[in-house]
Amino acid sequence: MNEITVDGEPLPFVEGQTVAAALVAAGRVAWRTTRTGRRPRGVFCGIGVCFDCLVTIDGVGGQRACLVPSRPGATVTTATTVTTGEGGDE
Amino acid sequence: MSEPADLVVVGAGPAGAAAAVTALAGGLRVALVDSGTAVGGQYWRHPPEHARAAIPTEDLHHGLREYRALCAALEEGRAAGRLDLRTAHHVWSAVREDGGFAVHAVDRREAPRETAVVLRAPGLLVATGAHDRQLPFPGWDLPGVLTVGGLQALLKGGGVAAGSRVALGGTGPFLLPVAAGLAARGVEVVAVCEAADPRAWLRHPGALLRNPGKWAEGAGYAAALVRHRVRVRPRTAIVAAEGDDRVTSVRIASLAPDGSPRPGTERRVEVDAVGVGWGFAPQLDLFLPLGCELADSADGNAVVAVDAGQRTTVPGLYAAGEACGVGGAALAAAEGRLAGESVLADSGAAPAPGRRRTARTARTAAVRAAVDRQRAFARAMGLAHPIPPAWSSWLTDDTVVCRCEEVTAGAVRAACADGGAHDHRQVKQLTRAGMGWCQGRMCGPAVHCLVARERAYVPAERLVATPVTLGALADLDEQPPEPADHSEDRQ
Repeated sequence: MNEITVDGEPLPFVEGQTVAAALVAAGRVAWRTTRTGRRPRGVFCGIGVCFDCLVTIDGVGGQRACLVPSRPGATVTTATTVTTGEGGDE
Repeated sequence: MSEPADLVVVGAGPAGAAAAVTALAGGLRVALVDSGTAVGGQYWRHPPEHARAAIPTEDLHHGLREYRALCAALEEGRAAGRLDLRTAHHVWSAVREDGGFAVHAVDRREAPRETAVVLRAPGLLVATGAHDRQLPFPGWDLPGVLTVGGLQALLKGGGVAAGSRVALGGTGPFLLPVAAGLAARGVEVVAVCEAADPRAWLRHPGALLRNPGKWAEGAGYAAALVRHRVRVRPRTAIVAAEGDDRVTSVRIASLAPDGSPRPGTERRVEVDAVGVGWGFAPQLDLFLPLGCELADSADGNAVVAVDAGQRTTVPGLYAAGEACGVGGAALAAAEGRLAGESVLADSGAAPAPGRRRTARTARTAAVRAAVDRQRAFARAMGLAHPIPPAWSSWLTDDTVVCRCEEVTAGAVRAACADGGAHDHRQVKQLTRAGMGWCQGRMCGPAVHCLVARERAYVPAERLVATPVTLGALADLDEQPPEPADHSEDRQ
């Protein structure tokens, strides 16, 4: 069974699924909180346009979960708040 | 591919793939770039090649014969060393340079790691498609509310249904294949709310009569929906989504001819997911900084102006597909072929062995006729499925309009009434609507409709079309100007 780790918990995925697809397949529709209203958000456009589904993958922030393929062993952290700016950079 | 390309094609959907195949058939060297992990764009979205056995999606597609033919032709071009196929490459800028173009991308095959790549060629063909156009409504920012395209992408790309009881709403023929696809995967599609009146199509009999293939496609979806007992409800809309941490119900209302909800018709339907879409907004990011002239289209969008051969007003720059006007995959592929033929004609490429120049002329004329015919259909579609004039009547003052910056309808209205804002750019300056992560891609058309509905929507110019890390930009200076092939640009 292929697995990624989401906030420390193993999450199975089918080879070929994006991180967002794996999360949705597991019944999760929200994994982030908005900056101002503290509202839950997950996947909306599903094609990389809306940036609602942002997560940190292998330590690199600001990743669109709907675009990045799940890879065995990848570590995904869902942030309570995603700040502006590219998380992966200094 | 070791020699530089004659043409860079951005976008490997129906338009870009058809254009690349046409240019390859004429003997050109082509670099084809797409952000997806496989050729096909949104229409023919597939799981990556190696995963197709695990995620079967064939039954969700239409026109797969053409898709396979395009893929086979691309593979042939690659084997012959004339196609440089770059999937999982995100283009963030295209600029004119030394009489040609430089296309800046990041290679994200090893995402989240990214590597800067520059592709250069005398000719550039941009076929970046479109995304769902959204109209906000109370609760549309609740988790579980997705774009119809998002539901479709999860299904076609990952084999995942985002809910088990789903309501779809908005306008346009695209609602039908999404409803049929979800139903085919066992999802209970409890409502398909089509805001338009189907009789609006009867005002365009010519466009209908000239495109019998479109009827057949529509009839196919209708039959599939009947089989799954899914009802399309014309002249209705999802006017609110409700729930605490995720959507649990929607409110559906019948619409008056102007699109305002008819009092007393609202009813609540329990759901666990929702899909919404009001036609499409063309993806013009790469065109605007290059200074292309735009034209109005029938659906309220500004689109790239092209001549009869898909040439933009910028010499050497061609456009095909939804960026020239939303019209569906068949039109996009035909425009791609036409654009490819123009590239060949303009580059002075001799006809390939065994092909005569007169044959090319005849072929071009036939493709052009197909494009004209289908554009008439696209125009009728735009007029038959408009944004309802009174859609904003279902907004409350606290409805979020800009999802990123959480700017409400009340704030946008105040910017117009008190701040004197006349277009979406001024609203952005006053309220931050359109200033967040998505840079107005989601809320731009809606803000525009609230402020300046009578004009076509022109998106804001974005110099960087997709986020790119400073690290990748820093690499740029140290890179050799032309990465020779895939194995070398990963050093």
